[in-house]
Amino acid sequence: MTDLVEHEARPAPPPAPPASLKSRHRSEAFARRLRARHAAERRFRLAGAAAVGLAALMLVLLLGSIVSKGYSAFWEARIRLEVTLDPAEVADRNYNALLRRALYAQFPQVTDRAGKRTLNDLLSSGAPYELEAMVVKDPAIVGTTRTLWVRADDEIDQLLKGHYRRDLPEAERGLSDAKVAAADALLASAALAQGFNTTLFTAGDSREPEQAGVGGAIVGSLLTLLVTMALSVPVGVAAAVYLEEFAPKTRWTDLIEVNINNLAAVPSIIFGLLGLAVFLGFFGMPRSAPLVGGLVMALMTLPVIIIASRVALKAVPPSIREAALGIGASPLQTVLHHVLPLAMPGILTGTIIGMARALGETAPLLMIGMVAFIVDVPHGLTDSATVLPVQIYMWADSPERAFTERTSAAILILLGFLILMNGLAVILRKMFERRW
Amino acid sequence: MATTIQTQLKLRPSGDRRADQRGDGAPANKMTARGVAVFYGAKQALKGIDLDIPENRVLALIGPSGCGKSTFLRCLNRMNDTIDGCRVEGRIALDGEDVYGKTIDAVQLRARVGMVFQKPNPFPKSIYDNIAYGPRIHGLASGRDELDEVVQTSLKRAGLWAEVKDRLREPGTSLSGGQQQRLCIARAIAVSPEVILMDEPCSALDPIATAHIEELIDELRANYTIVIVTHNMQQAARVSQRTAFFHLGEMVECDDTEDIFTNPRDERTQGYITGRYG
Ligand SMILES: Nc1ncnc2c1ncn2[C@@H]1O[C@H](COP(=O)(O)OP(=O)(O)O)[C@@H](O)[C@H]1O
Ligand SMILES: [Mg+2]
Repeated sequence: MTDLVEHEARPAPPPAPPASLKSRHRSEAFARRLRARHAAERRFRLAGAAAVGLAALMLVLLLGSIVSKGYSAFWEARIRLEVTLDPAEVADRNYNALLRRALYAQFPQVTDRAGKRTLNDLLSSGAPYELEAMVVKDPAIVGTTRTLWVRADDEIDQLLKGHYRRDLPEAERGLSDAKVAAADALLASAALAQGFNTTLFTAGDSREPEQAGVGGAIVGSLLTLLVTMALSVPVGVAAAVYLEEFAPKTRWTDLIEVNINNLAAVPSIIFGLLGLAVFLGFFGMPRSAPLVGGLVMALMTLPVIIIASRVALKAVPPSIREAALGIGASPLQTVLHHVLPLAMPGILTGTIIGMARALGETAPLLMIGMVAFIVDVPHGLTDSATVLPVQIYMWADSPERAFTERTSAAILILLGFLILMNGLAVILRKMFERRW
Repeated sequence: MATTIQTQLKLRPSGDRRADQRGDGAPANKMTARGVAVFYGAKQALKGIDLDIPENRVLALIGPSGCGKSTFLRCLNRMNDTIDGCRVEGRIALDGEDVYGKTIDAVQLRARVGMVFQKPNPFPKSIYDNIAYGPRIHGLASGRDELDEVVQTSLKRAGLWAEVKDRLREPGTSLSGGQQQRLCIARAIAVSPEVILMDEPCSALDPIATAHIEELIDELRANYTIVIVTHNMQQAARVSQRTAFFHLGEMVECDDTEDIFTNPRDERTQGYITGRYG
């Protein structure tokens, strides 16, 4: 009844403000406060710009240090040899002898054993396999003499890249004078040069830096991510849709929500321990396998995807749901035809961020044995494999100089993949975004 | 201002064609509500509403904000089902069949009782798809041509065809507010409902768009039963034949629109009508 009274009794118009108040906005005190307000705003902007600048500087320093250390790993030293593919030696698979003979030919003055051993060490221990692969690929070359560029040992590679100090005495330098002299001789005759390092991208791990690559780790990472995505995306999105659109809001759903949020904050190593106990211990799955890595990562990314998807679903205006329900769409049709497509950009962004996190994750994989030294590139979900960040972790532990630069190069490759994924997130978001 | 309303009442085409043809003067009730009470959690929003909704007429629901008009409207097509903690008691019947009973499915009910909302809410899809969506999910049109036909007739009935016939592929959200609301009406019509519920359909529109919609409502009356919530007394007077006044969760009185505005029985109705416009 109260509002009826209000309707009948019209309030009297408010009294006009006193004259002294009218000049208030032009007083000296007001001007002073205004100046102070502007000054505060300027200070705030300055502080903000400084914060952004600092963050950018850190990023530049970090990236700069990685790039400057790692870029040289994309090149490798190669030695030019005139190899005569003697059929008898090929038949014995004595490729090492063929290469050495060709190298000795370039140093006719070297005849003693010590000198020859120095020369032997110039070549990568993987060079014979390179030659063998060449012969297997094209048997017609047997019996001919070919000019080949074969991979040099990592010490020569590092010398060429200036990572050994020539001015130091032999003992401190870590590389013998004889090798330096031999390398210089090769350089002088243009028989030693740098080429693009494809091994880095194709090979698996190796004890010899010049034969080591992240190829195996990249394939391992992709296989692991595949398992992660195949599991966590459908389960995560379905869980989010159910919780957001269908589940009644009860104490139980509240409890589940709290637990999902907690799960997102659980340290990743715990998921590794869980994987070790459940997947390896209880189900007896193979160690070091991308399948298990993917399962563990899926558990880890699931809460991230659920949370991101729920936020995206919440952002869809309720008027769209009402519109669909109002013309007789079933709740499921409402979600599938209208709500989910509108939430897609957000869901995809969340998913890709979750995947990117999984790609960069190391700790849980250490627990399930993906930290092993694995030379072969994995071919299946149950093959032993390692992943990029673990490969970085292992190389960072190796004493050889050549591994230091490869560590940085692997970090760059990992960053490249992360940038690729985030770029993909932006593109997908743009593609699915709809205006209204 | 009461005079203005009375003038408008006189200007309005009187009576209902079908009811007149039947010769008994009083149309059948399309929907009936008996003792409808609605609770949001522990809070009671409606207290025992009894109301008849006559066929092929426009029933206007008026009353101050928060008195439960929308709540009542949303009971009629069970949109309240989607609100957590909302409980409906009493009986609401559509053609004598209990809409909260076991024989009627909420999804089917909403196809028979369509709804137009306060804020125009087209799907962020093309104009064509906005209209075609309902018929598609209900299987009301077989084949492309039939669907085109449904879209065209719906848009024509909603008085929007002339304006959009060359831009059916453009997003529905690119239309003006008034056009969007007519698009929403066309979307509701496209599923061939028997009743159309409108919750303040003009409150977000300018006067010209409002006039458009009011004309439309008057035309739609021939084929549909319409319930409209409005805050605008003149609008209620212009478009409706029956008016129900709601106050604090109760239905105070329901009568022919003419009688409500010229000769209200309850003093609360009187106060509301004159308080706003007196
Ligand atoms: N979803 C809801 N949850 C809780 N209370 C609600 C909800 N919707 C409406 N109400 C309450 O029910 C009463 C009637 O609301 P409503 O039907 O929207 O009024 P009207 O449409 O007449 O302005 C109001 O007191 C309102 O606060
Ligand atoms: Mg309302």
